Amino acid sequence: MADPVYVTDALIAEDIDAYLAGHEKKSLLRFITCGSVDDGKSTLIGRLLYDSKMIFEDQLAALEADSKRVGTQGQEIDFALLVDGLAAEREQGITIDVAYRFFTTEKRKFIVADTPGHEQYTRNMVTGASTADLAVILIDARKGVLTQTRRHSFLAHLIGIKHIVLAVNKMDLVGYDKTVFERILLSYRAFASEIGITNFTAIPISGFKGDNITALSDNMPWFKGPALIEHLENVEIGAAADEAKPFRLPVQWVNRPNLDFRGFSGQLASGKVRPGDAVRILPSGKTTTVDRIVTLGGNLDEAVAGQSVTLTLADEVDCSRGDVIAAADNPPEAADQFEATLVWMADEAMIPGRAYWLKLATQSVSATVQAPKYEINVNTLDHLAAKTLDLNGIGVVELSTDKPITFEAYGDNRTLGGFILIDKLTNATVAAGMLHFSLRRAQNVHWQASDVDRDMRANLKNQRPALLWFTGLSGSGKSTIANLVEKKLHRMNRHSFLLDGDNVRHGLNRDLGFTEADRIENIRRVGEVAKLMTDAGLIVITAFISPFRAEREMVRAMLPAGEFIEVFIDTPLAEAERRDVKGLYKKARAGQLKNFTGIDSPYEAPENPEIRIDTTAMTPEEAADLIIDRLLG
Amino acid sequence: MIDTLTHLDRLEAESIHIMREVMADAAKPVMLYSVGKDSAVMLHLARKAFYPSPPPFPLLHVDTTWKFKAMYELRDRMAAESGMELIVYQNPEAKERGINPFDHGPLHTDMWKTEGLKQALDLHGFDVAFGGARRDEEKSRAKERIFSFRTASHGWDPKKQRPELWNLYNARKAKGESIRVFPISNWTELDIWQYIARENIPIVPLYFAAPRPTVERDGLLLMVDDDRFPLKDGEVPVERSVRFRTLGCYPLTGAVESEASTLSEVIQEMLLTTTSERQGRIIDKDGGDASMEKKKQEGYF
Repeated sequence: MADPVYVTDALIAEDIDAYLAGHEKKSLLRFITCGSVDDGKSTLIGRLLYDSKMIFEDQLAALEADSKRVGTQGQEIDFALLVDGLAAEREQGITIDVAYRFFTTEKRKFIVADTPGHEQYTRNMVTGASTADLAVILIDARKGVLTQTRRHSFLAHLIGIKHIVLAVNKMDLVGYDKTVFERILLSYRAFASEIGITNFTAIPISGFKGDNITALSDNMPWFKGPALIEHLENVEIGAAADEAKPFRLPVQWVNRPNLDFRGFSGQLASGKVRPGDAVRILPSGKTTTVDRIVTLGGNLDEAVAGQSVTLTLADEVDCSRGDVIAAADNPPEAADQFEATLVWMADEAMIPGRAYWLKLATQSVSATVQAPKYEINVNTLDHLAAKTLDLNGIGVVELSTDKPITFEAYGDNRTLGGFILIDKLTNATVAAGMLHFSLRRAQNVHWQASDVDRDMRANLKNQRPALLWFTGLSGSGKSTIANLVEKKLHRMNRHSFLLDGDNVRHGLNRDLGFTEADRIENIRRVGEVAKLMTDAGLIVITAFISPFRAEREMVRAMLPAGEFIEVFIDTPLAEAERRDVKGLYKKARAGQLKNFTGIDSPYEAPENPEIRIDTTAMTPEEAADLIIDRLLG
Repeated sequence: MIDTLTHLDRLEAESIHIMREVMADAAKPVMLYSVGKDSAVMLHLARKAFYPSPPPFPLLHVDTTWKFKAMYELRDRMAAESGMELIVYQNPEAKERGINPFDHGPLHTDMWKTEGLKQALDLHGFDVAFGGARRDEEKSRAKERIFSFRTASHGWDPKKQRPELWNLYNARKAKGESIRVFPISNWTELDIWQYIARENIPIVPLYFAAPRPTVERDGLLLMVDDDRFPLKDGEVPVERSVRFRTLGCYPLTGAVESEASTLSEVIQEMLLTTTSERQGRIIDKDGGDASMEKKKQEGYF
């Protein structure tokens, strides 16, 4: 293969200022390459870097040495080594999500997301694709459309990539045969239309030999173009389309250097804005007009999608981080229940009913996800019944948030429709999601305000409502102590109600078992009932093992601050097992009881309970007195 | 087809977005400031992100006492101009033991920079530190996240890093954990230079060629920046027209012979040159191929 000819080289040497003036006007295209090492993906990326002169001589010398030492191409340069990864990855076989590479041509600057590895493919590819305008899907010409081709195409389409390039690689190994290319094209087209990809560009290439990469290859005179680089340089990026959409600015930060200046900083998610434009602040719905677009370089006449700016408004309206400033006549909706596609990204499976942090644009709320309506098999695209989603699982779910969020369908606006879920305990990012639409029942079921409120009910009873939430191992003494507490409160003329774990399972929660998901739902329902009872003015006492910290925190969040009192009945496992009042530990040890807390299911002890009772150091009576002291004292 | 925003506009907007996003979750952020060209761009972006407020965090210079004199001058000037607090930290143990690049080899970087950085972050309780690393600098950086999580002991665990989707960053962390944030991850060396030119950002004059006293050692051209430089027998500093592609401790930073005395000429030389940026620094080579990565796991930036 002849070295490519660089027009830029001459210009850089002869007139650097002219070159730089041209370079400064270049646009940016972000794309992702999909395929495995076997498809020649790394070789192709190495080739793109090499052909666009992004490899320096010292790197090249190292590359040549490495190629001879460990390369797979004999004495020739193994471009794949250029994009080889971390030492940790090489040594421990860990695949670490996405690598980003950069190169520049005459017309554009490119950022390539390269997603290595097979096992974590879904997670990695979705991550890399989330910022891409275009996907290059690699096919080995000798193998044709494979299962993984379908998977890559589906994921690219799922994440909303508009431009698909089918790069049929290794054409040199099939004798640059036109019929091979056309046969692959035909079978891919049939599959693509099946999943809704209406438009794609197919290019026969050889990453190894450099055919149809920078220029059309003499080896394939039957192919009329475009060459890969030429296509990447000319494809229309999404910017123009984003600018044509209605104006939205998620507020990141309120800029308040002094009393005379109040600005709202953020990056335009879509549309354009000019001083004087009428805008609406969401979710409050207040309207005002834009006064100035402030930047360090001076005020702007206009800002467009993608720009980070600071706006000042004509009126003093409430507006803070998480709010969205939008075109007044075309604002987005707010809702608290949605259907969405979820891609699970954590080793720990999704737990239906558990509360996660949901981050969408600059909004952070608490959200619970229901069991999937169905899971999608990324290889066959079949819809499967599923109770949860495991790592790399993709499913359609319904989710609800604890307060309304301003959103748009992901298909209309990536920024206001794409979200992540965060585990509340580990802070790990556990899922990525794409909102489809809000569920109508959220829009139509409104809170009914009643004239008699919770304070009036409590005042009538002459008490402050509270929820005493007992938690501890089975047999720790929760029910015994809770029962004593209620007896004492009753004698003191306090209005109370004891919700006991076993009793609730006979009625309200008789449909629930003891799996992790069922235990969470059990606690959620008890929490809701307890909340209604505190609204009624009662002192509620609950005695449930409630082994998971996240669910206890979920109930805490349902109540006004200070009303949730966590009472940790701290009995060591050995002691509880020794007592074994109900004979349950014996059964669990014998394997007759599954998912028994402390034996084959974890108990997460409270970190900072309001009250801690050490049952090895005091009697139930003393414990009950101590709890009442703390409650009323 | 004309795009309204150029690639530099988009990179700038992305970096500003990242800096502002940090402010949502950070209790006590700080910007690491090494006085190099990447730091210069970072500081400029921070000023843009928060204007008319000054950037709502201090600058931290983890000093080794062995930087070029010209760097200290620019550092103090830029801190004054930006209205930001400048914190200079020098590892007291390294100071006391007189750790220097001539006698102590890799220990110099380890104690002054790696240890110094950890000490400074712990001393002030900073939970988020902005750094100017770029993904194009080196192979292992290509996979670095923009938000990079560190354990309470500043370690970097590749398995604990979070996927970064769209422009959504998860900056939640437990007590004691910290985050290094790299807002210019997606910039290349050419982008940095072009942006410096476009925005007129002040940089250390050492990036431009001038006659400077130098000696040649182990294939590197070193500048004799002050009289602490121990000359070997028969070694005489020679005045050469040189400039620097990266700046660090002067005894560890190789100069290149050059006549490029303007930004355009520097960029031109960079584009036509044949060795990569980090080649002039000794730090990458200690310990072979994967040394930068090892340093990162130990807490170096």
